[in-house]
Amino acid sequence: MALALQTFATVKDANAALKTQGTRYLGGGTLVVRAANEGDVSVSGLIRLTEPSLSTIAVAGDKVRIGASVTMAAIAGHPELGTLAKAARAVGGPAIRNMATVGGNLFAPAPYGDFAVALLALDATVSTDGGETSIETFLANRDGSRAVVTSVSFTLPKADSFRFLKVSRVKPKGVSVLSIAGALELSSDGTVTSARIALGCMADRPMRASAAEKALIGRTLTADGIAPALAAAGDGTSPITDPIASTWYRAEVLPVHLGRLLLA
Amino acid sequence: MAKVPVQFTLNGSEKAEFIDSGTTLLHALRDKIGDTSPKGGCHQGTCGACSVIIDGELRLSCLTLVETCNGAVISTTSGLSEAGVLHPLQRAFLDTFATQCGFCTPGMIMAAKVLLDHTPNPSRDEVIEALSGNICRCTGYEPIIQAVLTAARSNSQNAA
Repeated sequence: MALALQTFATVKDANAALKTQGTRYLGGGTLVVRAANEGDVSVSGLIRLTEPSLSTIAVAGDKVRIGASVTMAAIAGHPELGTLAKAARAVGGPAIRNMATVGGNLFAPAPYGDFAVALLALDATVSTDGGETSIETFLANRDGSRAVVTSVSFTLPKADSFRFLKVSRVKPKGVSVLSIAGALELSSDGTVTSARIALGCMADRPMRASAAEKALIGRTLTADGIAPALAAAGDGTSPITDPIASTWYRAEVLPVHLGRLLLA
Repeated sequence: MAKVPVQFTLNGSEKAEFIDSGTTLLHALRDKIGDTSPKGGCHQGTCGACSVIIDGELRLSCLTLVETCNGAVISTTSGLSEAGVLHPLQRAFLDTFATQCGFCTPGMIMAAKVLLDHTPNPSRDEVIEALSGNICRCTGYEPIIQAVLTAARSNSQNAA
């Protein structure tokens, strides 16, 4: 099936064109061309943008802005984004990472979207022409989103305060059983003062492990210290079932892998 | 549907075609241009059989729309041999029995070529990582890994 592809130079024009029913935005193609190849007849037209700012990474101190068209390979190879390299490399194989974009990852349904899990733990801000939204709000409303995402921004975490883990059955590249990202701050005596933990594959899109986050505050990262957080890890989750793992299996192994992430 | 003009370099030759908007590069290469070395396996970005090199980067031609390749330099496995002499990677795949049914081979060779272009003497782990987006259902992968390592050694001997 042929799709009409329209190319625009400005975000404003692309947003106007996206209002047409059946029109989807083309980033790297790993979601939308895949859907069209699979026979998704709801896709009848594609829009793409050549606006250069969408493809740039700007790092100023600890403030990072990544254009929506930046690929996973560009993030994984960026000298100042080393803390996020593991999460970027978790996406696909080399060819997919050369194509898949940050903007697209925000829309990837479970079991995909591992990088968005990392962005959720970092409390990123998602920008469109219309303004800025917290990633949590953006993810909750993404199905109705009709404006091109232009960039994501966040504060770069210190290397030792950010952790990321992806569990897959095939090594080195496989689809996620689950993924977990954690941004933790510790006081000088080792107690947790703030925690943001994001989970992938534990719902249809990345979600926060809010109960586990609360249970970590004031605790140390020891087996005893994290026990209440592990007990609360599954609160509010509704893991997907797919050929990789069942809902039951994902729920069973979540505390095990969260424990490994926290004790690493 | 209106045809759109596209122009790119394929294995060193200029190509100019009028294609239907929304055509994938895989479809254009195989059915319009006649380069059947990239294979259509899953059309989902999972198997890697359609891998080609676009402007020095490994890409999946089944998920790439050909209109986005205007002005690009594209390499496929069919352009590797020179004057009937196989490329060291092709030679190594034959010598180490790294190809059985052959369906994954052109994609594997493209993935390996990008690796060796950037990392002439890769470690075994680097080879495994480079091939991690390509699926083979025949060989069990070991002969393919050996083929890439063998090609890297033969390249470095030739360079010495």
